Amino acid sequence: MPERAVISVRRIGHVTIEGVLRLGYAARFITLTLLHSGTSFRRLRLVIRELYFTGVLSLIIILVSGLFVGMVLGLQGFQTLQTYGSESALGVLVALSLVRELGPVVSALLFASRAGSAMTAEIGLMKATEQLSAMEMMAVDPIARVVAPRFWAGVISMPLLAAMFSAMGVFGGYLVGVVLIGVDEGSFWSQMQNAVDFREDILNGVIKSFVFGVAVTWIALFEGYDAPPTAEGVSGATTRTVVTSSLAVLGLDFILTSFMFRGA
Amino acid sequence: MATDNLIEITDVNFAYDRRPILTGINMAIPRGKVVAIMGISGSGKTTLLRLIGGVMKPGQGQVKVDGRLVNELDQDGIYRMRRRMGMLFQFGALFTDLSVFDNVAFQMREHTHLPERIIRDLVMMKLHAVGLRGAHRLMPSQLSGGMARRVALARAIALDPMLIMYDEPFTGLDPISLGVIRNLIRRLNDALGATSIVVTHDVEETLELVDYVYYVSDGKIVAHGTPGDMRAATDPLVHQFMHGEADGPVPFQYPSANYAKDLKLEAHNA
Repeated sequence: MPERAVISVRRIGHVTIEGVLRLGYAARFITLTLLHSGTSFRRLRLVIRELYFTGVLSLIIILVSGLFVGMVLGLQGFQTLQTYGSESALGVLVALSLVRELGPVVSALLFASRAGSAMTAEIGLMKATEQLSAMEMMAVDPIARVVAPRFWAGVISMPLLAAMFSAMGVFGGYLVGVVLIGVDEGSFWSQMQNAVDFREDILNGVIKSFVFGVAVTWIALFEGYDAPPTAEGVSGATTRTVVTSSLAVLGLDFILTSFMFRGA
Repeated sequence: MATDNLIEITDVNFAYDRRPILTGINMAIPRGKVVAIMGISGSGKTTLLRLIGGVMKPGQGQVKVDGRLVNELDQDGIYRMRRRMGMLFQFGALFTDLSVFDNVAFQMREHTHLPERIIRDLVMMKLHAVGLRGAHRLMPSQLSGGMARRVALARAIALDPMLIMYDEPFTGLDPISLGVIRNLIRRLNDALGATSIVVTHDVEETLELVDYVYYVSDGKIVAHGTPGDMRAATDPLVHQFMHGEADGPVPFQYPSANYAKDLKLEAHNA
């Protein structure tokens, strides 16, 4: 019996040490990425290429999801507001929910599963097929050439995608609320314009999606770079990217929200 | 001071996680020669290449490349040295998101300020040397194994290196591609005035090609000599390897418990 207890304690210790080690590696990885970002800015073509893969190719899923989320908001919001006779505030409800929360959060979750998993798989496979080693043997640092451009592409595209998600969502809310149900168009837009504050709401939303962009891209790139160079290793890393970055987005959202919207 | 040897390895020990991989390695690779490092899988051959390329540093001893101590170079020094090395990886390791042309041009674009017009001519010349000028627009996924290896070879010689390293260049090739690669290794080495190291376990192809052989077993150099010496070697380990015998000093059976005991025959007999 005591032997079993020792084994369990040892296992807890092992898991903890492993976790702390990985956290250390991840911190070192992001530091190196930032230090080697010079190449990305000197050769913008590298970043633009990645912007296409992470940003432009994620547009379809972001826009379609934004539209549907907005439409659902319009529908649900109308039913609740109608009870209090304040349907005219539908525009405010749709816009604030999207700009403050749903836009940054849902688009980051979609970004993690669409672009993040692709980044992990690509870098993991580059490692498994010795492409990263080959690059190093050619005296080219893979962090500068492969990782940094992808990192900046992710960080730049995330707020833009979130903004497009919110815009599409507002349009979806308008379609359902005004066009289908018949809420007054004038009050829908004017109340929205009055209630949404640029600094308080929009800027905070952008800051959120920027933070999510850093977190998701960092996790995706690190998981790929750290993946064991086997089929199993890469598939495990891809799964971990989606799980870890989704949880990170939700956790960070709570922290950011509690700082940004304190009874304002 | 340049000596006759491009690479000199003296008393090198290397351990990975306290597990010794290489012990007491002494090796000299003369300029202009094609030298093979042979041995069974897991004998430490590839680790030797990594030490020469500065990917790993030896725990003890010296690795000298072109008169410079690799273990004392910093990252910049190692990168400067690697610009004068080319390496062919086991399966080519071509960048799958770049075309054949861009793969070969990769180092020229990264390390030189040559105008694109000149890069184009150079890439075409390198591809012509491996017989694949006509394939410059293809993507790596459209190449056969042998073609991919040739493109990777063109990429390895892109900057006219002083040293070309080959990691298992013959693995998984059909006889024609194998012959092509074998001829290319010799022709390119002589044409470029380079020095080549071939890490391999393919006996026949290698002995016909190289000038000198080092035989590595269990992290030690157990024999070295010309291909003729190796064919005639009486050392049982080298003899078994060179003649591909299934059993010998390297046993057929993985170390295991008593056979009868594993089949639970002991109780039955008793």
